[in-house]
Amino acid sequence: MTALLEVDGVTLTYKTPQTLVTATRRVSFHVNESDRYVLLGPSGCGKSTLLKAVGGYMKPTEGQIRIKGREVQEPGADRMMVFQEFDQLLPWKTVLENVMFPLSVARKLPRKEAEEKARAYVEKVKLTRAIDAYPHTLSGGMKQRVAIARGMAMEPDILLMDEPFAALDALTRRRMQDELLQLWQDTRFTVLFVTHSIAEAIRIGSRILLLSPHPGEVKAEVEDVESAATTEGGAQRLEKEIHDLLFSDEVEPEAEDEEEAAHG
Amino acid sequence: MAEPRIILHETGQALAEGAVERELPLLERLWASAVVRKTLLLVALGLVWEIYARHLDNPLLFPTLTETLGAVMERTRDGTLPARAATSLRILLMGYAAGILLAAIMTVLAISTRIGTDLLETLTAMFNPLPAIALLPLALIWFGLGSGSLVFVLIHSVLWAVALNTHAGFLGVSQTLRMVGKNYGLKGLSYVLRILVPAAFPSILTGLKIGWAFAWRTLIAAELVFGVSSGQGGLGWFIFENRNVLDIPSVFAGLLTVILIGLVVENLVFRVIERRTVRRWGVQS
Repeated sequence: MTALLEVDGVTLTYKTPQTLVTATRRVSFHVNESDRYVLLGPSGCGKSTLLKAVGGYMKPTEGQIRIKGREVQEPGADRMMVFQEFDQLLPWKTVLENVMFPLSVARKLPRKEAEEKARAYVEKVKLTRAIDAYPHTLSGGMKQRVAIARGMAMEPDILLMDEPFAALDALTRRRMQDELLQLWQDTRFTVLFVTHSIAEAIRIGSRILLLSPHPGEVKAEVEDVESAATTEGGAQRLEKEIHDLLFSDEVEPEAEDEEEAAHG
Repeated sequence: MAEPRIILHETGQALAEGAVERELPLLERLWASAVVRKTLLLVALGLVWEIYARHLDNPLLFPTLTETLGAVMERTRDGTLPARAATSLRILLMGYAAGILLAAIMTVLAISTRIGTDLLETLTAMFNPLPAIALLPLALIWFGLGSGSLVFVLIHSVLWAVALNTHAGFLGVSQTLRMVGKNYGLKGLSYVLRILVPAAFPSILTGLKIGWAFAWRTLIAAELVFGVSSGQGGLGWFIFENRNVLDIPSVFAGLLTVILIGLVVENLVFRVIERRTVRRWGVQS
């Protein structure tokens, strides 16, 4: 069986005016159908760059990214992105129109069908009462919910989420994580999720890829993450293990609180 | 060792007492409306005009507001003022529309190719500081004494302002929105029209407003300079003509019409567009 998404020895580089930076070096992993695959690592490990490459926004200098066996060449609606930034919604469209828009332009659905689908997904993220509101009237959490609804409504091969909850306050973030899991229970979509919070990775993911920084390289893979939650204190133990793994070669261990770190 | 305790308080009292929202007094609400404040200002300015002109008592230099309004009424009744205003507006709209069309083509070229950007930047740097009226003598040689030359200088006055603002607006569209548009598979013209234009609309609207003001000014000035075109002049010509016969209240009536049309367009047309777009979207307060 071939995986849904194959990332095969991918090296990513980008240019700054002065230097050529290697963001990731020969990273390989594969994501299967209905995986909740988390890319986890400290800043500078190239996890967001990796996600952008899967999104088709940049080409690997080495290696290949294949989705359902096809090589990724350019951005496309088969890989819907959910960004961290709140301005990812089109401000000139209402919630409903924002969700409908890609359905009509990318999937070429007739208006009525697009609207029905959009309404269904807006209801899934519990925003029906704000369906005709413009984005600027929504809170950060609501905006992210619209972005998630928009991504899910397209029923893409894979949903790419780039730290979607990082800019939310801790309480909202916690609720959004639960809601995302709930949505996953309903539709079992495949998601590739980027985060730098170990706690979030363990809550969200079914599999986790640990990346080390400068340049980003695969450090470890964690399978069957859900099983940690079934045992008493399992999640905390796993969190500690991952933390030690990620920061083992640092001189000074980071004493930063994980919830705080997730703000960045 | 003590356990943490949660002590519940009663809430929801304020809502029942109506203490959460209360209406402001009428006068305060009236004063909050820009229309009311501006109308009051206009009335005050009109009063100052009337008082000063009466004090001066020299209709040849400075007619009173009532005399001016009388001239407006009279010239409106005999049909000259509306006809002149219509001529001006027709030419204005032609030049304005053509200028916007050209600006659109240039900016689309400018964001799709690098050489297009260079071209736009060079051309705007060269021509934006050049007063449209300075081109008039040349335009007269090229297009003759008719609306052609007027439209030409109008295009010049609109094009660069609109192109410059639109281009700046396009450049200012956030990286996230661009990526969202690409994510939908939008490319080329449909990407420009569906993502860049609405996202840059505040800047585009500013460009359109500046372009309108430039065009209006240029047109009146141009009409004053070479006046009548194809048998019927516009408002500028009307002002010029009446000055020649020393009908100063009519000169003022012409000027007042120029101001009124400017006010109407600014407050009705552009204000309505603003309210329906950028304000509703929350991208401009």
